[in-house]
Amino acid sequence: MENISLAIAGGFFGPAIAIGIIGMKAMEAIGRNPEAQDKILPIMLLAMAFAEAIAIYALILAFTS
Amino acid sequence: MQTKTEIGDTVESKAEYFLSAPEVIGHIGFFPVTNTLFTSILITLFLTIIAFSISKNLSMVPGKFQAFVEILIEYVYKLTNQIAGSKAQVFFPWLMTFVLFILAANLSGLLPGFSSVGIYKITDGTKTFVPFLHSINADLNSTLALAFISLFITHFFAIRFLGIKAYLQKWFSTKMFGIALFVGLLELVSEFTKIISLSFRLYGNIQAGKVMLNTAKSFYPYVLPLPFYLMEIMVAFIQTAVFMMLTLVFMRILSSKQIH
Repeated sequence: MENISLAIAGGFFGPAIAIGIIGMKAMEAIGRNPEAQDKILPIMLLAMAFAEAIAIYALILAFTS
Repeated sequence: MQTKTEIGDTVESKAEYFLSAPEVIGHIGFFPVTNTLFTSILITLFLTIIAFSISKNLSMVPGKFQAFVEILIEYVYKLTNQIAGSKAQVFFPWLMTFVLFILAANLSGLLPGFSSVGIYKITDGTKTFVPFLHSINADLNSTLALAFISLFITHFFAIRFLGIKAYLQKWFSTKMFGIALFVGLLELVSEFTKIISLSFRLYGNIQAGKVMLNTAKSFYPYVLPLPFYLMEIMVAFIQTAVFMMLTLVFMRILSSKQIH
């Protein structure tokens, strides 16, 4: 059980930072150019999904091993 | 591994939740029919019926449903055109098929009745719950199948657009004193990681969503799962877009000439 929580904590560390950075940069971009919001939002969500997928690999590995 | 949940025992089998094989609901000859296979056949039928009924009742002023489908198709087509350019005509049908199937599968997994209506089977003294319907992408077999189809068609298009010689030169070339050969081998390995990343991403997201909904339900039923349901609907759309976009980018990269 401890191994599982360690794996999840370690595996979620990177993606959490990544999602934070993606959100920050998207906010900055929208702040600079508010008209581009419609274009930025889907790309931001996509990039977040990619970062999130790494966390989910860690989740799967933690539960299967 | 089959999830054996006795009645009332739902908390302790959380670890088994994750890589659970779909339950077998029947046999055709010696071929076992699992509930995810049954669900995917139902969804294919549903999509076929929708396609026929919509193409019959096309109108210049679209109704609500036709407008939804038009938005979906237009979005995918614009994206394909933007990225693939002149090859969009060839890529688009495959991408749209992926989008429709995965979107219908993801959204249908949230309907009531999925993994809740079923029968109890008694094997070896333990009661096993066998639901008739099961969210398709919460089963690694089906996402693996989708990833294999995606990769196969990507390489098929690459051979078709480049010709067999240029295609093989992508992996095995003797330019630059063998460095290109080494890079090509690395690229070849990364082709296999595509399968893993495509299938695990979709499977993990949908399965994690299911586990999260179950956990929220066990904390505070009916109210707490509601915001998570909204998030799951969003995840369904996003994961569809991710799968489609990755396939599109892989197709575009593989079927264009470039030097490493």
